[in-house]
Amino acid sequence: MTKPRTLYEKIWDAHVVERRPDGTCLIYIDRHLVHEVTSPQAFEGLRATGRGVRRPDLTLAVPDHNLPTTPRRNPDGSRIPIADAESANQLATLERNAPAFGIRYIGDADPEQGIVHVVGPEQGFSLPGTTIVCGDSHTSAHGGIGALAFGIGTSEVEHVLATQTLLLQQSRTMEVRVDGALGFGVSPKDVVLAIIGRIGAAGGTGHVIEYTGSVFREMSVEGRITVCNMSIEGGARAGLVAPDDTVFDYLKGRPMAPAGADWEAAVAWWRTLPSDPGATYDKVVVLDAAAIAPGVTWGTSPEDVVPITGAVPDPESFADPSKQAAAAKSLAYMGLTPGTRMEDVAVENIFIGSCTNSRIEDLRAAAAVARGRRRADGVKRVWVVPGSGLVKRQAEAEGLDRVFIEAGFEWREPGCSACLGMNPDKIPAGERCASTSNRNFVGRQGPGSRTHLVSPAMAAAAAVTGRLTDVRELIG
Amino acid sequence: MQNFTHVEGRAYPWGAKNIDTDVIIPAHYLKTVSREGLGRGAFETVRATDGNIFDDPRYAGAPVLIAGDNFGCGSSREHAAWALGDMGVRAVIAPSFSDIFSGNAVKNGILPVVLPQAAVDRLIEVARDHPITVDLETCTVTTPFQDRFPFEIDPFRRQCLLEGLDEIGITLAMAPAITGFEAEMARDRPWLAGRTGAAPHAA
Ligand code: SF4
Repeated sequence: MTKPRTLYEKIWDAHVVERRPDGTCLIYIDRHLVHEVTSPQAFEGLRATGRGVRRPDLTLAVPDHNLPTTPRRNPDGSRIPIADAESANQLATLERNAPAFGIRYIGDADPEQGIVHVVGPEQGFSLPGTTIVCGDSHTSAHGGIGALAFGIGTSEVEHVLATQTLLLQQSRTMEVRVDGALGFGVSPKDVVLAIIGRIGAAGGTGHVIEYTGSVFREMSVEGRITVCNMSIEGGARAGLVAPDDTVFDYLKGRPMAPAGADWEAAVAWWRTLPSDPGATYDKVVVLDAAAIAPGVTWGTSPEDVVPITGAVPDPESFADPSKQAAAAKSLAYMGLTPGTRMEDVAVENIFIGSCTNSRIEDLRAAAAVARGRRRADGVKRVWVVPGSGLVKRQAEAEGLDRVFIEAGFEWREPGCSACLGMNPDKIPAGERCASTSNRNFVGRQGPGSRTHLVSPAMAAAAAVTGRLTDVRELIG
Repeated sequence: MQNFTHVEGRAYPWGAKNIDTDVIIPAHYLKTVSREGLGRGAFETVRATDGNIFDDPRYAGAPVLIAGDNFGCGSSREHAAWALGDMGVRAVIAPSFSDIFSGNAVKNGILPVVLPQAAVDRLIEVARDHPITVDLETCTVTTPFQDRFPFEIDPFRRQCLLEGLDEIGITLAMAPAITGFEAEMARDRPWLAGRTGAAPHAA
């Protein structure tokens, strides 16, 4: 009798090319996403050593981090130059490298362009049971469709380009089980914030998380992607949810998904992947769905999370002395005093976007709150940045763009935008941002920026009230 | 890759926890297409504060950095390892590292040393005024005061560091196994190939 295996172990086993005596395994990579920031040095490395790309057909290149979210083309189709010379050069480098190495490139003005982690599932490039890598830590997002997906550094990008494999040690496994019914107004983002609040920013280090329980079984694919996306914020390199009919329905008919007899064969294999009954994990964490409230971060680590009904904690309230010191520093940076109710914190900026929350369901959730309301007086900017050109078109077909524009929000071109301080979308020093992105690190949204991570509905609620707000007071 | 056998010298006695790669090198330095010169942006936000450890002349050019739990968390940017290397850091000691960062470090000849918090605390105390030694051949960290802290490291990573091996070269030597795997994949999971429209094997 074979030992019951977890989803992760099955995907791992199916990709072992060779097991070395020291336990390191050569793992085959089925899907490689490439963007402009972490690839130039890798392509340069290939050139320097006279190596090519082993499997261009398993590789897809899309620019996202550096692209401005203002219009990119003039009405005549000519390119609007990018003001920042280094950004422009980095983008041009990928645009040259991809075709030079035979790789499909989705360009800045193509309707399919978007954030790599939005584009992969949307195109059906990311598939269940595959190994997916990208030079970007939020590659864990693709775990939402049942793939083993994780971020890699540039040396590994070069390694995968040259060999289509990686030398890896098998990770430990961690089950995060959430059963029960989510409360009204509680979104997948709130679920993952609650999980990170529980396990801590390093809680998943060395582990791959499998999210199990009724909450994830009933969650949409887009919601699962949101949750898996933030696995890395809990220290886990990857997180995944077992593929099921929800995933198959989502993928069927997508441009790069298998079709016809291939599709049937693929689904038959995908159905064998969920963890076997009796499979065990190295760690198990259980949360009660009913206890999860809409969440918001108060500090500079994603683990610094409280329910929106809560208050800024007192650093003294933490047991660990180093956490006390870290919390005090975070509060100084964030300009917050212990005991302040989260709902009393005023915000000047709102960012709805990023690979965590820029898909159509996210925009619908934000629009449902924004509809018929106006941006509050103290709010300077509200950026709504769809995750891809296709999400943008879909939202426009549903009239969501007009809801946002009428509410005084800005409707922008797809890209990473204000998720990281790289392209022109930055939060000014000392200002606050209610953001649907994934990191509230010091300076993440621009030097001196103060980030509060929230769900799309909560971000829209903050935009119309001018302060962090319990969205449940505005809807239903 | 530069090999690593041992390093002796001053260490930044820092100890800060959850240092993310945005702190090690902020995003605006990531627009470069080169691996060089990132040391100038290393720890920019930390350096903006008076009396910070990185501008303390006692530790200028120190080859070792002592940090707290979860060092290198966050973004996968290898620029963090390049920036550390460019500022002269050859080894980082911490109670734990993010998985991606420690991989990136090793690939750039920087040794991540995992030691228990108590050992890290002691090393911070010593490093304020004295040099320390990190030896990969014996897998120990020692001080001038007879402290001796053994550490563990994955044997493959150790070998790569000691010999300065090019991992891609190692893997390319396994090319027949990869080709064999691809043949199985074409038989068992034919739907994986060719879906982007690109040719399976470019020139
Ligand atoms: S949206 Fe943010 S987290 Fe996602 S890929 Fe872009 S920069 Fe990274």
